[in-house]
Amino acid sequence: METGWISWLPEAASTLAGQVDALYFYLSGVTAFFTLLISGTVIFFVIRYRRRSPFEIPRPVAGSHKLETIWTIIPLMIAMSFFVWGTNVYFKQVKSPKLATEVYVVGKQWMWKVQHSTGQREINELHVPKGRKIRLIMTSEDTIHSYYIPAFRIKADVLPGRYTDQWFEATKTGTFHLFCAEYCGMNHSGMIGSVIVMEPKEFDNWLTGNAGNQTPAVAGQQLFQSLGCTSCHGMNGEGGRGPTLAGLFGRQQQLTTGGSVLADEVYIRESIVNPQAKIVAGFTPIMPTFQGQISEEQLLQILAFIKSLHIENPQQPVPAASPATSPAQPRSSPQLNAR
Amino acid sequence: MAESLVVEHEVHHPALQHHFENLEQQREAGTLGMWIFLVTEIMFFSGMFFAYTLYRYKFPLEFASASNHLSLQLGAVNTVVLIVSSFTMAFAVYNAQVGRQRRLVISLILTIILGLTFLGIKAVEYRDKYKDNLIPGQLIPGHKYSPATIHLLPGASPQHTEMFYWIYFAMTGMHALHMVIGVGLLSVILFYSIRGRYDPEYHNPVEVSGLYWHFVDLIWIFLFPLLYLLGRHIEHGGTPLH
Amino acid sequence: MKAIEGFEPPAPSKVNYINAQYGLKSWLLTKDHKRIALLYLASVTAFFFFGGIYAMMIRIELLTPRGDFLSSATYNKVFTQHGILMIFFFLIPAIPATLGNFLVPMMIGAKDLAFPRINLLSWYIYILGGAITIWALLSGGVDTGWTFYAPYSTTFSNSYVVLTGVGIFINGFSSILTGLNFIVTIHTMRAPGMTWFRLPLFIWSHYATSLIMILGTPVVAITILLLAFERLAHIGIFDPAIGGDPVLFQHLFWFYSHPAVYIMILPGMGVISELIANFSRKNIFGYKFVAFSSLAIAVFGFLVWGHHMFVSGQSLYAGMIFSFLSFAVAIPSAVKVFNWTATLYKGSISYDTPMLYGLGFIGLFLIGGMTGLFLATIAVDVHVTDTYFVVAHFHYVMVGGTLMAYLGGLHYWWPKISGRMYPEGWGRFSALVIFVGFNLTFLPQFVAGYLGMPRRYHAYPPEFQVFNVLSSAGATILGIGTLIPLTYLIWSMRYGRHAEANPWHLPGLEWRTPSPPPTENFTVSPVVTWEAYEFAPPEEMEVVGTTHHVRLEDAPAAGD
Repeated sequence: METGWISWLPEAASTLAGQVDALYFYLSGVTAFFTLLISGTVIFFVIRYRRRSPFEIPRPVAGSHKLETIWTIIPLMIAMSFFVWGTNVYFKQVKSPKLATEVYVVGKQWMWKVQHSTGQREINELHVPKGRKIRLIMTSEDTIHSYYIPAFRIKADVLPGRYTDQWFEATKTGTFHLFCAEYCGMNHSGMIGSVIVMEPKEFDNWLTGNAGNQTPAVAGQQLFQSLGCTSCHGMNGEGGRGPTLAGLFGRQQQLTTGGSVLADEVYIRESIVNPQAKIVAGFTPIMPTFQGQISEEQLLQILAFIKSLHIENPQQPVPAASPATSPAQPRSSPQLNAR
Repeated sequence: MAESLVVEHEVHHPALQHHFENLEQQREAGTLGMWIFLVTEIMFFSGMFFAYTLYRYKFPLEFASASNHLSLQLGAVNTVVLIVSSFTMAFAVYNAQVGRQRRLVISLILTIILGLTFLGIKAVEYRDKYKDNLIPGQLIPGHKYSPATIHLLPGASPQHTEMFYWIYFAMTGMHALHMVIGVGLLSVILFYSIRGRYDPEYHNPVEVSGLYWHFVDLIWIFLFPLLYLLGRHIEHGGTPLH
Repeated sequence: MKAIEGFEPPAPSKVNYINAQYGLKSWLLTKDHKRIALLYLASVTAFFFFGGIYAMMIRIELLTPRGDFLSSATYNKVFTQHGILMIFFFLIPAIPATLGNFLVPMMIGAKDLAFPRINLLSWYIYILGGAITIWALLSGGVDTGWTFYAPYSTTFSNSYVVLTGVGIFINGFSSILTGLNFIVTIHTMRAPGMTWFRLPLFIWSHYATSLIMILGTPVVAITILLLAFERLAHIGIFDPAIGGDPVLFQHLFWFYSHPAVYIMILPGMGVISELIANFSRKNIFGYKFVAFSSLAIAVFGFLVWGHHMFVSGQSLYAGMIFSFLSFAVAIPSAVKVFNWTATLYKGSISYDTPMLYGLGFIGLFLIGGMTGLFLATIAVDVHVTDTYFVVAHFHYVMVGGTLMAYLGGLHYWWPKISGRMYPEGWGRFSALVIFVGFNLTFLPQFVAGYLGMPRRYHAYPPEFQVFNVLSSAGATILGIGTLIPLTYLIWSMRYGRHAEANPWHLPGLEWRTPSPPPTENFTVSPVVTWEAYEFAPPEEMEVVGTTHHVRLEDAPAAGD
């Protein structure tokens, strides 16, 4: 793993790591150059123009607008090159690819609970295949945590009451550090684990070898029935007194307020814990809240179940709100829709 | 280059502090100081205004329901009381400037009475909320927040009305605290006015206290519509604003 | 410098602000800005060493990867309390409340700050806030990190969050009142002839600092109040359980706490402008650009708070805008550094202790500022935020910047403040020791940070140990380095050589009155007829002193 006495860079084991490192090298090079240039100039001046007699008074200078302009514009342009490059890489970090394997992560003081879409559960470990895109959907049961894998150069805060996500594609097999990066209380430094990247074949073996668990979607279906959701939403989410759930995910949903909302993870979660927040057009607010009755993990399972529901004859998505209606903004806070 | 100013010690006003050159400078410093203080006050309230905006956007129906439960009458009366008190305060400043001692004292007394009236009415409102168990959280043991008395608009979730009430109490409570400080400040000014400390040449404390008083009124002028009025129309068939 | 014609330095036994009155009461009830500055000096020094003890505990713990010196609960309290004491009770008041308090009136030719009683009040508020905070620390401490992130601080922490919050809330008013006093003083109390562009840059930077103090501090005050309110009443202000938004807390907190970084560094930049100009006997290059860059930093500083939250779940585009603005705020700082460098050109540069601190500042601030660019680059920040890279970066800015500037300024004005000279050799030695110790402490942390070592970790994977050992070794040198000036400055108050009125031979107003100055600063009100940093032959320079000398003959008349 390590070649020398001190390693200067962490291992680069994701498709993004190299890009972040390249940016880091560029930044290091430019800033080191200017740091040396300026401090060299200072040292040169300090020696060259040292005081030679106690009463000498050098000639005062007038400033120079030309110089001021130059040393405002040049740093600004260099800074803009950092900005453009940095933002470019950031967009790749943040925009999750469509076809990624989803893994659910729940942070809690002080452990990471993981469930794969095939049902395998892990604690403080994350097994992933090399060369496949993995998207982590994360939430917290208590305080804020942050899921940080240095070798992949990715990190995102894990918040209670909301979903955040991040993605990666591992390029190297091996075991890498997993840290909680947001201070979360007494055993914060113990909230660590490892990410194990395996060859896809080995990974598939691992998955079947660890089988025996239900998939989250199946577990979600059972919850859906045992919690009585079926009485309004139908056995397979076909709807009834409550809105149809089949095919809901990823669609625009019309609301009583006249606006519409994208039915994403955030919206579905909110509709379960705070059903009154956004009422689908044509329905009455009769659904009780499930806040405090189901855990974050169970919520994720129901979410997986709802996502798995498809309509037999896919309809056209409901058209978005007409311009005449009030703003078609979802009512959640701007942060809620983040990423 | 060797000239230097020598302060004219013999003519200075008794109210001139030693480190100022003249009363004009002292007045300028006092007034600017109060303006800057008011800027910090605006920033202080702005944190709460920001929270208000964010949560109102998040829970419009809950905010409207909870806001409708406030007494529009008491709020409106209080608004009038404060506007009148601003008028009497302005009158006090004017009388201090022209040196009408008696009128200065009378308008100060009126302002203080109006300020106390406001606080009295506010106390009545708080008492009503207490009776309805609308004090947020568990601030008062045995009176846990309960939205039972609120008439909920369709679609509003009861538990989130608490978000309105903490903002209501935080903002009006902070405002009331400023009113209490204002009344105390004016009482001091009244005491010195009765003793005849202010004259047309020196009356800056009256002016500066006036600035403070107007500012506190102004905050209420923002609070009243935001807390009492916005959302009333929804009850009458309107749609919530975003 | 003795042979200045027409000027005899006043005899040291003359009445000055230190010996004008005796007794504890004369200090505790003083309205003299210079005495209040000394009260602050003593208190911030105490807080600095208190916070420093916590720093040493952190460094001892991190010597080994395993958490064997402190328990994790204790360690969390230690780093929290280190942060709280150092930021709220040392770095924020350090330069404004001591050097600023002493020098703002003197540099503009005023007798005092505009509101002397409020000035004293602000010290009492500071002490009250400090006492409550220390009470909270001693009765069990607080473990939320100095950032008090919700919902950990509102719901999960079992420590003295409310009491500490109250201490910080109260202390905030001290900062507000100081800022208010400075702004009013600078606006209304300037001596005749002291136009805005004749002001020393120290004044400009304090003006900008004061703007941040009055605009930012109230926001953190209300935020901490709401936090305490939520904790006591169990309501959902920031806790998502009842509908609150934890990210709102971060927004409100950083809206103040990012500009607060500039409260710490701007006064330091002001000190450096003085040191660079005065110890190279040159007028500052691009005076107006340096002056306005302070204001630009104060204004832009309010627009970049979101760069602390790149991974907090804020939107992609918010992150982009904050990244852009963060680069923009770096430019005025760069302009300052370029102008300082240009000022040195063809100067007459002395190697006195204050200048060594000043040059040390430039070196450390360069590294601090340059690494700030890494953090503004959003893709790199995602990797290094909440790691030791950030820790190293802000220590370079705040300790390398503020502490170096503070010590440089303290040495520079020490003759004026105390009327005594410090031992020059020891002074240069301490500057060197602190510079070396500082770099050894924090340079390795950049590497550890990029390698992925998260901050606020009580135990860490063994591959990071080498950096932590280096860091702890450096911290030892740094710690000793700060003890050296403490020792000899105290020593010099009694045994140091008496200082002349103008030991550095400089044109600033504060040097045209005796050392230490009389209570009224100038026995006659000065009239300014020279530009800032206008160096002239000695015989042309002692204008106020000359007048003072003449006036001394009839001193009783002037001292009523």
